[in-house]
Amino acid sequence: MQRTTRLQGKKRQKTPWSAYLYVFPMVVLMGVFIYYPIFVNFYYTLYNFSAFSLSHTFVGLGNIRLLLSDPVIATALRNNIFYCLISIGFQVLLALGLAFILEEPLYRRFSTVFRTTYFIPVLISMTIVAMLFMQILSPRGLLNSFLSLFGGKVRTGWLGRSSSAIFCAIFMSQWHSMGYTTMLFIVDIQKIPTELLEAAEIDGANRIQRFLKIVVPLVREMFFVVMVTTVSGAFLVFNDVYVLTRGGPGNSSTTLAVYMYDMAFTQDRMGYASTIAILMFVICVILALTQRRLLRTGKG
Amino acid sequence: MKKVTCSVKKKKIGFPKFNSSRNQWTLGTVIILFFLLVYFVLVIYPLIWMILSSLKTEREFFRNIWGFPAEFQWENYSKAWSMGISDYFLNSVFVTACTIATTISIAVLAAFGLVLYDFKGKNLILLLGMGGMMFSAQVALIPLYRVIQNLRIHDTYWAMILPYTAFRMSISLLLIRSYFLSIPREMYESGVIDGCSSLGILYHIYLPMSKPILLTVSILIAYYSWNEFLFSIIFIDSRALKTIPSGLMVFRDALNTDYALLFAGLTISALPMVLLFILMQKQFIRGLSSGAVKG
Repeated sequence: MQRTTRLQGKKRQKTPWSAYLYVFPMVVLMGVFIYYPIFVNFYYTLYNFSAFSLSHTFVGLGNIRLLLSDPVIATALRNNIFYCLISIGFQVLLALGLAFILEEPLYRRFSTVFRTTYFIPVLISMTIVAMLFMQILSPRGLLNSFLSLFGGKVRTGWLGRSSSAIFCAIFMSQWHSMGYTTMLFIVDIQKIPTELLEAAEIDGANRIQRFLKIVVPLVREMFFVVMVTTVSGAFLVFNDVYVLTRGGPGNSSTTLAVYMYDMAFTQDRMGYASTIAILMFVICVILALTQRRLLRTGKG
Repeated sequence: MKKVTCSVKKKKIGFPKFNSSRNQWTLGTVIILFFLLVYFVLVIYPLIWMILSSLKTEREFFRNIWGFPAEFQWENYSKAWSMGISDYFLNSVFVTACTIATTISIAVLAAFGLVLYDFKGKNLILLLGMGGMMFSAQVALIPLYRVIQNLRIHDTYWAMILPYTAFRMSISLLLIRSYFLSIPREMYESGVIDGCSSLGILYHIYLPMSKPILLTVSILIAYYSWNEFLFSIIFIDSRALKTIPSGLMVFRDALNTDYALLFAGLTISALPMVLLFILMQKQFIRGLSSGAVKG
């Protein structure tokens, strides 16, 4: 793509001013709403301030020191890591397997129905999904009345126990998003020439061999794309937890983003909230770089 | 006679055992089918339950959590609609439409400038334009809140439309630009010969040719702004301006325990995207999968 741009460039007329006019709105918009806030965020961590006053107190690295010793940050990080690991299991590994199965000729006659149904939750806003799951998981909810069918009256408050609340959010999130990554893998698997899979079969490769030796290497790039989005999504997760549990009970199911929101907009500690934002930023950059490196060495 | 020879030939040439192992049902494949069905039920049942519950009375919902409603309470829907859902719904439509319009216009202009001209700093601007994908809203939230306050657009529609536009800009630019690159430059030159201004060329030649990608991008933007939650709870305070995702929070808090009504509200809110998907499945899938090319 770059080469054609360069070739075309040579034929170009010299009218740079209108060119600047064309890109101007984009530059201003992204400058004001993305780049300026990102950079200023670093500066904000050095201060303590509240949303509606102009007074800033310089605290230097105080916020970072606070961050490192804050037990809630540890809980949040732990929850984000759970989120990440379980999401990799479902939305990356299982979804890839599922996509392969749905593309197998054996299941083809059902696969349209399955594929479309699995995709429906993706279309529904997380707020709606979370409110639905609050009713499913409530003490007198659908899940408990289902479990009661197997004997006894189950009245567990799944969202009210600090041991289970975060896992409710995590599994709800898998319910919501697995269809999306499955769809991405299906689109990619459909690009594989069928001759390749048929040839492998003639050579005697069974289903598992076809999956591991042909499909997996060929969808490798999509695999990494999905991996990056899933992992960074897991460290940024907000909506799911905020609507379902608000981070509670206590702070047991909080995540970095929910805790940041709490600090900023309920406790009005804007400087500290910015510091949490920086922590998320650093985590995402490190993960993205590691994954890029993994992808590159994987290619070579 | 002819027919007979033909069929004989086919039998000899064809691969007799060709699809056999892929098309045979074994214990393993049946177990897999069983799990596909379980997942199918896990996905569809909560949604059916939501719809069924939305048609019950409040008492019925608690007494009979599994069953069908004795009588379909359709008025739950009109009640929910008039209890605020209508406002949120229209706000969502308005904000989504505006976001699509602003994002597409700005991205089209920028893509056109970047594809057709050479100028100083072009690569930097391209990098800035694409780089937005690496940053998520959460990371810039607090300064962004300040920016919104200082621009005096806090608690207005602009407080959603402008940030949404900014955060959807990179992916839209990426898709539109690569589409523009595939349009032969002769189209531009023929426009110049006909005495068209560059804006005219964009409007009369490039835009009509780019309809498919513009549709894809619009779906991608609509999906995002219809479901966006974080900005809309932070930048909007007035109930009258809230979109569906944030408005539902208010709706729920106002209801106490009338869950049937809540479910009616949820169903109404979920419907538009599902309908859009059913109507435009192909474009939808194309939009979301090209939106994922992030890495």
